[in-house]
Amino acid sequence: MAIVEHNLPRSAGRPWSGVLLTVAGRLAQMALTLLTASFLIFVALQLAPGNPVDIMLGAKAGDPEAVRRLNAQYHFDQPLLVQYGHWLTGLLHGDLGTSFVFRESVSSLIAARVPTSALLVAYGGVLVLVLGFAVGLVASRAGRTVDTGISVLLSVALATPTYVIAIVLITVFSLYLDWFPVFGSGDGLLGRLHHLTLPAVTLALSSSAAMARVTRAAVKDEEGRDHVTTAVARGLDRRTVLGRHVVRNALLPITTIAGIIGAGLIAGTVIVENAFGLDGVGSLLVQAITRKDYAVVQSTSVLIIAAFLLVNAFVDVLYGIIDPRTRTGGTR
Amino acid sequence: MSALVPARPRLLRRSGGGTTTAIRCFGAFAVLLVLLAVCAPLIAPQDPNVGDVLSVLQPPSSQHWLGTDASGRDLFSRLVFGSRTALLGPLVVVLVATSVGTTLGVLAAWNRGWVDSLIGRLFDLVFSFPSMLLALLFVTVMSPGLFSAALAVSIAFVPAVGRLVRATALREVNEPYVQALRTQGFGPVAVCLRHVLPNVWPVIVAQVTMSFGYAMVELAGISFLGLGVQDPTADWGKMINTGQGSIVRGFPQESLYAGIALVLAVVCFISLGDLLSERRDGGPR
Repeated sequence: MAIVEHNLPRSAGRPWSGVLLTVAGRLAQMALTLLTASFLIFVALQLAPGNPVDIMLGAKAGDPEAVRRLNAQYHFDQPLLVQYGHWLTGLLHGDLGTSFVFRESVSSLIAARVPTSALLVAYGGVLVLVLGFAVGLVASRAGRTVDTGISVLLSVALATPTYVIAIVLITVFSLYLDWFPVFGSGDGLLGRLHHLTLPAVTLALSSSAAMARVTRAAVKDEEGRDHVTTAVARGLDRRTVLGRHVVRNALLPITTIAGIIGAGLIAGTVIVENAFGLDGVGSLLVQAITRKDYAVVQSTSVLIIAAFLLVNAFVDVLYGIIDPRTRTGGTR
Repeated sequence: MSALVPARPRLLRRSGGGTTTAIRCFGAFAVLLVLLAVCAPLIAPQDPNVGDVLSVLQPPSSQHWLGTDASGRDLFSRLVFGSRTALLGPLVVVLVATSVGTTLGVLAAWNRGWVDSLIGRLFDLVFSFPSMLLALLFVTVMSPGLFSAALAVSIAFVPAVGRLVRATALREVNEPYVQALRTQGFGPVAVCLRHVLPNVWPVIVAQVTMSFGYAMVELAGISFLGLGVQDPTADWGKMINTGQGSIVRGFPQESLYAGIALVLAVVCFISLGDLLSERRDGGPR
């Protein structure tokens, strides 16, 4: 901790050293988890049925000369740990190997798919934040009937799996109303957003319900606190009390659930992209699994886990920024 | 969708007498589902796996109560038979996840020290995978099918059960009665099985019922992706997937009916688990 403080130019930066420490600690922990996970996936995929060399050779499978050549080319003839080492050094150089099925380098294959997935998650995330927060706030301020109505709707939204939401939305908005296209990713930013609207809503719906529920509970909880009563007694107008005293404190439990929701959105892309035929990372993963393209499976899974862990770490850090009390070190 | 999410569907407000009635209602629905699955051949009017190419995508009629799918198979019969895989999969998940999770949880609580931290690390590692991804990877290694999918989901569910059991067992292990039994010379296995486990049991039952509902969602999702139950076996998740092709042709029935059946079953089990844990003073936390 002392080292971090010395490196900081201003003493005014001291409260942030805790945040920096958290960031460093989380990143180190993340790297370790990622390393373990990627190794486990690597070992598991070695046990998977189907020999990649046979798949690559197709009709020529069994030709000893060709098998030997490919084995040497892809390092299949070397021990497991050495093979994993090759993958890891390749990863650091941005080279993830070659897809046997798509006949293309895995990194360019993934790079082409990332924008769709990233846009989908971002779009969904914004929807969750806006929709979930708004509905939760409305429910917390509304009368009993509206509150109960919203609460039942939220329960239904929470219990409905994404693939069921997908088919309902496709049926209503694409088949009957014809507002949105059924499949594909679209061209240009506007076209993309138009194509991604139904998938993003699908992805966001049950998470929004979770968000709304936590927001409602947090706001109600905070409203009953003494400091809010004091603020009201001091004659502050309702909007100030709500904004500065209630919502600001309610942000903490909301941030906690935001991490789980963000991670859930990333995991949810696998189903949503398949349901809507989007060319994202999640659909690439499922295609690679069905076609036994293990080089692609390996890298795509590690990418998804990395994104998953990154969101969780980000929320931890955000926590420290919103509430100085939770910063480790530097606070005393 | 992961078991981590604290927000759980709560369809009914908590109120003393109402809870018992609600538990009875959802319980009755669950029993009805089980009966449907067991008696499927008696209830279904036609063979769910044999289609007729001449009656493809038919609207509801006296012969086909809910119409037919793109292969001319009777949708009502497929829906009825679909309840079998819908219940069998989660049953396997719950059995495997609960037995492994409970064993590890009690082991961690009893031994503490390095055993506890090792098991804790193991749970953390599993939690670092999104549960759907973990399941997909496992299915890749095992080759697609209902049982590999169920085993895969079990692994993802073990940490949730394990942590809950560990926390509850930890409280029990520190109780004076455990100390008293140990002093009397009872072995650790006997104390755990005969005294600690029965006290942890109510917590497990509530968790199991809820996990059953969540497992149903995950398994149907894997089948939806084409990596779970394989054709021609009827399965709700699979039906949602195959029915998608018919939606654009103006026949959303197959996907919608299967979706409704799935949601009803899921809501039933999750609410039941929720109410059970609520009745047992204030939930698992």
